[in-house]
Amino acid sequence: MTAVAEGSIELGTIAQAEAEQFLYREARLADAHDYDGWEALWTDDAIYWVPAGGESAEDPNTQVSVLFDNRSRIGTRIRQLKSGKRHSQTPKSNVVHQITNVEVLGLQENGDTEVVASLLAVESRERGTTFWAGRVEYRLRRVDTDQGSELRLAFKKVTLVDRDQPLYTLSFLI
Amino acid sequence: MTSLDEAVGSKYDALIQSDRVHGSLYTDPEIFAEEMAKIYYTTWVYVGHESEVPEPNDYVVKPFGPQSVILSRAKDGSIHLLQNRCAHRANLVCDAPKGNSTAFRCQYHGWTYANDGELLGFPYKKGYEGADRSQLGLGKVPRVESYQGFVFGSFATEGPSLTEHLGDAAGEIDRLVRLSPTGKIKLTAGWLKHKAKANWKMLLENETDGYHPQFVHSSVFAAADSGIGALYSDNADAVSRDLGGGHTENDLRPEFRRLGNVMGWFGTTEDKVPNYVAKMRELHGEKADEILIEGSPHLMVFPNLFIAEIQIFVIQPLAVDETVQHVTAIQFEDGEEMNRRLLQQTIGSVGPAGFLLADDSEMYERNQRGVQARNPEWLVINRGANRERVDENGHLIGYNTDEVPIRAIWKHYKTLMEK
Repeated sequence: MTAVAEGSIELGTIAQAEAEQFLYREARLADAHDYDGWEALWTDDAIYWVPAGGESAEDPNTQVSVLFDNRSRIGTRIRQLKSGKRHSQTPKSNVVHQITNVEVLGLQENGDTEVVASLLAVESRERGTTFWAGRVEYRLRRVDTDQGSELRLAFKKVTLVDRDQPLYTLSFLI
Repeated sequence: MTSLDEAVGSKYDALIQSDRVHGSLYTDPEIFAEEMAKIYYTTWVYVGHESEVPEPNDYVVKPFGPQSVILSRAKDGSIHLLQNRCAHRANLVCDAPKGNSTAFRCQYHGWTYANDGELLGFPYKKGYEGADRSQLGLGKVPRVESYQGFVFGSFATEGPSLTEHLGDAAGEIDRLVRLSPTGKIKLTAGWLKHKAKANWKMLLENETDGYHPQFVHSSVFAAADSGIGALYSDNADAVSRDLGGGHTENDLRPEFRRLGNVMGWFGTTEDKVPNYVAKMRELHGEKADEILIEGSPHLMVFPNLFIAEIQIFVIQPLAVDETVQHVTAIQFEDGEEMNRRLLQQTIGSVGPAGFLLADDSEMYERNQRGVQARNPEWLVINRGANRERVDENGHLIGYNTDEVPIRAIWKHYKTLMEK
């Protein structure tokens, strides 16, 4: 990466507006249950992570998480959702993700751009309406594709504000 | 269908019959209150594991029925179950989920207790001249006993011992811990807390219901290479069993023995975990292969401890229609190579986003909504009653898809509720 995009805070960092557009798109695909579109956003070495309470947010290798998917497991999750027999998403939840407080923090050592945001996802299904709020850390990567240079998601960690408390089933894409 | 009005006998004779149970057992708040008194605050209830408080003065707050208790290890190593309630004005004395402390101090008026519950002191003591401090300790669960590190408590001051309560379920717990290279497991991987709008017995019954996996979990079989489906097919050699005392299991050993694969129970092969298998062979010699073929139990210890091969589940009833399921990955002492896999399989399959438990939980909640309908009033529990038989140890067994465990749970439940 050589160009410095307008508004970027560091050489090679993805600009605020482009980062925001990407996060909003990811949220929109999740809300729409566009499973293929959402899955296509991830890099091959991706991590999709929702820590549980306690020390879970510090060490997913020794502590249980609500969700800790590598790329292969993201694929399994999507296949399960697409099977039509994922009962906890049949019918699908009505969900709207609100992404706010977006900040581009800078570059990771490997060149990924670190972005943080606040999340409020409101889910409605027959059980009732559930609010899922938390801080989200993203790592975005620019990759070359047949369509030209595109952003991909290498890492997403959703730290829920109520992760210490009992949670209802979380089977939509948060 | 007959209705309750036509039934004869005791209240629970009417509600619980050999082939069906009444829907109100899942919806009536008065029955729930009676269950808490006669089951959760009477019989042995699983609370926590000794590995959660490994050092002197360690403590951890654990669920106990709709409430929580402090599981503490005193300076002398003894284990105590304390009520989180100051003897003065009932404020909480412990506000951290876990820690290490010789004492608990109430922040309201400064009363201080030792970690075995004894009152150490109160400020401005002249105002309490002549007080009998021995009567002012923290409330305690009067009976505490452990089995293989599993700590149980009973609010009844007298009654069967823990060993008597566990009966033949104890042997299944033995079968779990012997899979650890040291014979000891650790519950140190943290807890997922999964809430469902359903009666706790919906969960209890589901844990050893071998009929549902083919239907509830078919999406997993479609999405991933899973051997679970075959274990719960109608022609598997696995059996369901009534262990007595309300304890039930799906005994998968006959199927694993037929297949005869070392580590097959864990869905893997020995070359993936060579160090673990070598340690087990060193320890158990010729017996090791049998242990590593038969694998871990699928055991529901009445009323709240479910050992699901590689996970520990704890059922916590909060209200007649609300239950929390606490779950963690079993970890083996000196079992590093296995522990990472145990953890990752657990994260994938259970908890709020688990490939399996999210759908089980959906079923609990749908059941709870369904049972509100007025007709029929009953739930049918007679699957396989025509083909159940007694095994060599005197236990009722059936096909793995039969409702032997559900009938076993209700039979024991009825004896407790009629006391």
